Amino acid sequence: MRPSAARAVDFAVKIRVNPQQTGIDTNVKHSMNPFDEIAVEEAVRLRERLKTEVKSIQAVTIGSPKSIDTLRTALAMGADSAIHVEIPESDPAPEPLAVAKTLKAIIEKQKEGIDIVILGKQAIDDDLGLTGQMLAGLLNWPQATFASKVEVDVAKREVVVVREIDGGGEEIRCKLPLVITTDLRLNVPRYATLPNIMKAKKKPVTKYSAADLGVDLTPQLETLKVTEPPTRVGGGKVESVDELVAKLKEAGITAV
Amino acid sequence: MASNATRLRAIALYKELSRLGRDYPDPSYDFQGRIRRLYEKNRNLTDPEDIEKALRMGEYIKKETLALYSLRKYRHLKRMYPDSTSDPLDPHS
Repeated sequence: MRPSAARAVDFAVKIRVNPQQTGIDTNVKHSMNPFDEIAVEEAVRLRERLKTEVKSIQAVTIGSPKSIDTLRTALAMGADSAIHVEIPESDPAPEPLAVAKTLKAIIEKQKEGIDIVILGKQAIDDDLGLTGQMLAGLLNWPQATFASKVEVDVAKREVVVVREIDGGGEEIRCKLPLVITTDLRLNVPRYATLPNIMKAKKKPVTKYSAADLGVDLTPQLETLKVTEPPTRVGGGKVESVDELVAKLKEAGITAV
Repeated sequence: MASNATRLRAIALYKELSRLGRDYPDPSYDFQGRIRRLYEKNRNLTDPEDIEKALRMGEYIKKETLALYSLRKYRHLKRMYPDSTSDPLDPHS
């Protein structure tokens, strides 16, 4: 089983656009993307439910040397080993297609074969939500995205997933191997306690570079401009209904 | 100071609480200072019953703080990513 563990801007940080208007200020606190925490948690819970059927849980991240922190967190939460595809600090963050290609290369390198890849549905700093779907497409595997419930039937090698869709939930049955992306309501991740963090230091972390995997991570998109949303203008108070109607007419809103 | 076993437990708990305190959302709360003062207040306990009580209090603080972090994160995420059956503008769904 392979959960992804992306490093994103921490959820509590107030995002600021950088002065050049080319992106956001990244000199802030980062932590594991919350949806990826849910992915790691689900992998650990699947092992708790299925016991020895889950042979190993490997966490993967693609990023700068600082990303090792997210791998340590994943190991502390219960992953057995980790893989770090290291890219230089100065390089731009990889795009979803590049990430998907890298994950595919890693999966194909695994001799024992991977049955389930679990990713967060999107990263909270870029909100792209593309990697899981692209990976499934590249591998030609089925995908169960926005999962809010996962049930594995080992004997039949099938997984029943409830997906969050507009207006409710959709239940689908998929054959293994499978790509799952997690939604918020799948589980509540555990906090990595100090004893587990200490134990995690002994767990193996394999390092690769993009060249080792034969993947090109150069961005194909160029960000032209990033701006903050326009500041909210305050509302005005009116004295009577007639005044309200007059103001609405001024604003160009006509009666239906 | 009591037996070596409880001493080790107390130290481990202190380290855990210190680490937890680093993530406290309100910078003016001085989590570290409070933990330090609580520990110093209880440094000369000898009765095993009292020691157990103090350690249980420490564990309680740890659990409450974890719950605080968990809830805060969950509430934030729920607001930013409302589910399909709830109205994003309704704070109660």
